[in-house]
Amino acid sequence: MKKFLKNDAVQSLIASLLCILMGLLIGYIVLLFINSAGAGNAILDVLKNFMKTSNPERRVRLLGATLVRTAPLLMCGLSVLFAYKVGLFNIGTAGQYVAGVCASLYAALAWGWGWLPCMLFAIVSGAVLGAIVGFLKAYRNVNEVISGIMLNWIALYTSNMILTLQKQEASHYTLKLKENAPQAILPSLGLDKLFNYDKVSIAIPLAILLAVAVYIVLNRTKFGYELRATGNNKNAAKYAGMAEKRNIILTLIISGGLAGIGGAMLYLTDIEQWSVTATSVPGMGFNGIAATFLGGLNPIGTIFSSFFIQHITDGGPNVDTNLYCAQISDLITAIIIYLCGFVLFLKTAMNRAIDRSAERKAQKEKALAAEKGGEK
Amino acid sequence: MEAPYAIEMLHITKRFPGIIANDDITLQLKKGEIHALLGENGAGKSTLMSVLFGLYQAEEGVIKKDGKEVQIRNPNDANDLGIGMVHQHFKLVECFSVLDNIILGIEPTKNGFLQKKEAREKVMALSEKYGLAVNPDALIEDITVGMQQRTEILKMLYRDNEILIFDEPTAVLTPQEIEELMQIMRNLAAEGKSILFISHKLAEIMAVADRCSVLRKGKYIGTVETKNTTMEQLSAMMVGRNVNFHVEKKPQHLGEVILDVDNISVASKVHKKDAVKNVSFKVRAGEIVCIAGIDGNGQTELVYGLSGLEPLKSGHITLKGQDITNASIRKRSTSGMSHIPEDRHKHGLVLDYPLEYNLILQRYFEPEFTDKAGFLKRGPIRSYADRLIEQYDVRSGQGAVTPARSMSGGNQQKAIIAREIDKDPDLLIAVQPTRGLDVGAIEYIHKQLVAQRDAGKAVLLVSLELDEVMDVPDRILVMYEGEIVGELDPKTTTQEELGLYMAGAKRNEVKA
Repeated sequence: MKKFLKNDAVQSLIASLLCILMGLLIGYIVLLFINSAGAGNAILDVLKNFMKTSNPERRVRLLGATLVRTAPLLMCGLSVLFAYKVGLFNIGTAGQYVAGVCASLYAALAWGWGWLPCMLFAIVSGAVLGAIVGFLKAYRNVNEVISGIMLNWIALYTSNMILTLQKQEASHYTLKLKENAPQAILPSLGLDKLFNYDKVSIAIPLAILLAVAVYIVLNRTKFGYELRATGNNKNAAKYAGMAEKRNIILTLIISGGLAGIGGAMLYLTDIEQWSVTATSVPGMGFNGIAATFLGGLNPIGTIFSSFFIQHITDGGPNVDTNLYCAQISDLITAIIIYLCGFVLFLKTAMNRAIDRSAERKAQKEKALAAEKGGEK
Repeated sequence: MEAPYAIEMLHITKRFPGIIANDDITLQLKKGEIHALLGENGAGKSTLMSVLFGLYQAEEGVIKKDGKEVQIRNPNDANDLGIGMVHQHFKLVECFSVLDNIILGIEPTKNGFLQKKEAREKVMALSEKYGLAVNPDALIEDITVGMQQRTEILKMLYRDNEILIFDEPTAVLTPQEIEELMQIMRNLAAEGKSILFISHKLAEIMAVADRCSVLRKGKYIGTVETKNTTMEQLSAMMVGRNVNFHVEKKPQHLGEVILDVDNISVASKVHKKDAVKNVSFKVRAGEIVCIAGIDGNGQTELVYGLSGLEPLKSGHITLKGQDITNASIRKRSTSGMSHIPEDRHKHGLVLDYPLEYNLILQRYFEPEFTDKAGFLKRGPIRSYADRLIEQYDVRSGQGAVTPARSMSGGNQQKAIIAREIDKDPDLLIAVQPTRGLDVGAIEYIHKQLVAQRDAGKAVLLVSLELDEVMDVPDRILVMYEGEIVGELDPKTTTQEELGLYMAGAKRNEVKA
């Protein structure tokens, strides 16, 4: 049993579940304070998301909608994770994601590119942004969090400026792909029929494949060996002659590329259009941080945690707005996501508790043995 | 009647998961005595002191002060009881003056303003009374290690501590400074202070202590009066057997010059001065050259410069006739340089990697371990690791997959040595390779170094341990304040002469 509990994967899973539970509990308490009558139902509504409707066809369709948004979230999660394994906190994921959105939409609408080149262009854009952070970190030792945050804003307003050239006349949204650039819409491979929803595309299986690829690169290749060594012990990596600067830059390029493709995965489905008057960086990149930690810093775990986070995000609007103000759904999901960041903390606490109980047991055994010895 | 003991630790037991660090240990410190606590690294001295300081709570046993039982839950409790400690690594603020460091934490104030005048008077009075010469206005970074230590002692006295603990206080001192410290300790004891002196240096214990308690592998071995004992007896108590420190070496076969260091300088990270100043020397195949010196005289930076961890300010390094002055760390490694680093946790190992990954840390990129597509070859890595584990007797819980973090210090060091020697280097740089290890592991490592020499390799050993410096190498180079101040032959020199060079009191011209 103890050995089972000592297993890293098991610990991550338990810690993640505990975090979710704590988040739900605190969310519930907040709801109780606002209006005690509907609190229980409200939490259940958030958790149910697509399960709330009894119509099976609608259920599948809503599940599909959640999956469409899970794919980009997973990419942002992988982006954060990849950098984190090398000891870098890439908060610039949010901006790299925006760069991906901008590149893919502009290439589709202005130049009439197909979906694949659009997607590749999105990767390159995110990667370029990541490379800037990487160069600054490697050669000028600029903190990646600071340069990342500042680049987020630069990316946001640059994208707004560029995409204004492709916006609908009557609104502040970009043109719809369906009418203006159907060649750029991601192919669905029949998944749209399965979910009865035309926005479900190859982005979803592709995202999962990329998660597996990230896992393989990190754990099975020479490159991953170097990266994780650098993340675990920078000095030892240097001592072993690993090219530290090159690895930092490459890592942030890959991390940026992952975020960039995430932007393309959402906007090339035409599920939504970019608002060129946006004044805040989309939450997708930041939620990626929560997804990574909730997923136990494991690419495969991040697949499930991304789905969960998107699941409750989509479940949020189910909350009865007659009882609660409209913002409450965002607040509850935000609380749960926030608590998701506590996974590492809980893991440490758990390990300590296990060690302590082992110590106590050993002591008791010794005392027992001593007693027995005394009887003889 | 007054209790005879200032502090008593009775039947202390402290366990950590997997080991018993202190097993039923009793230590009784008389008032006004100098009591030595002797034991090898890992014998449980530090744990016992941490219990006394409230950093750890013992599972069993009691602590008594003046015959009354006391609870020490944290260092503040210890301080309230008048217990003070000079740590092996000083806890001083480098850019503060001596006086500021002494009053730090208990600064006398009036309406929120510092009142340094009375503090200064008290410090000067203490300094005079105990013969602790310091300049109260000098900055810590500008004064000698000896004066820094006196500052630490004044810190304890300023707080009116009655029980003074010295943790390996002589490790950083020159022989002359050690003599001064001994006199200070005698003065303190004569004034009624009780002193606990932690050390593994027998000569010093015999010279200054009244009584000596010995620990071995977490167990209490006994307490003896130093005037009724001998060094041999203490040594046997400490290690549990008679140790032969002498290293067997075959006759020397000197070969070509492998490492040629020409006039190199390396900048210091902490001071404006260069840490290594115009150093030149050669190491030939088939010899062990030892860089001796007191800690912090530029040895670390010299090795950083040689291995490429820090850039040179000037000078040239040639390895086997090839100029490697500006070569990358990887290039130096593949050109035949192996490096057993000073700090195995900082540089030597990725602690969260399994043992097998640590064993390939210098070779993972070779075709033997990585295929053309960049994937690690897991089978060959495992069998290579298994071979090294077998051949070098690296012991661990789960073999090749054991996380390096969970291995003992000795076995971690063995793993590094296996990795570096198995690379079949022409030059092996070993920096304090036996630090913190038990006698068995030390013997093993010395044998490995000598085996490299006998196999016709060049070995550069950097050591702080006098025994190691005298026994292992063929030549000794002494470093003092970043310069090589003397070359000595271990067969003809004495520890006293070595000490004079290490203290900078003597120097000779080094023939390159």
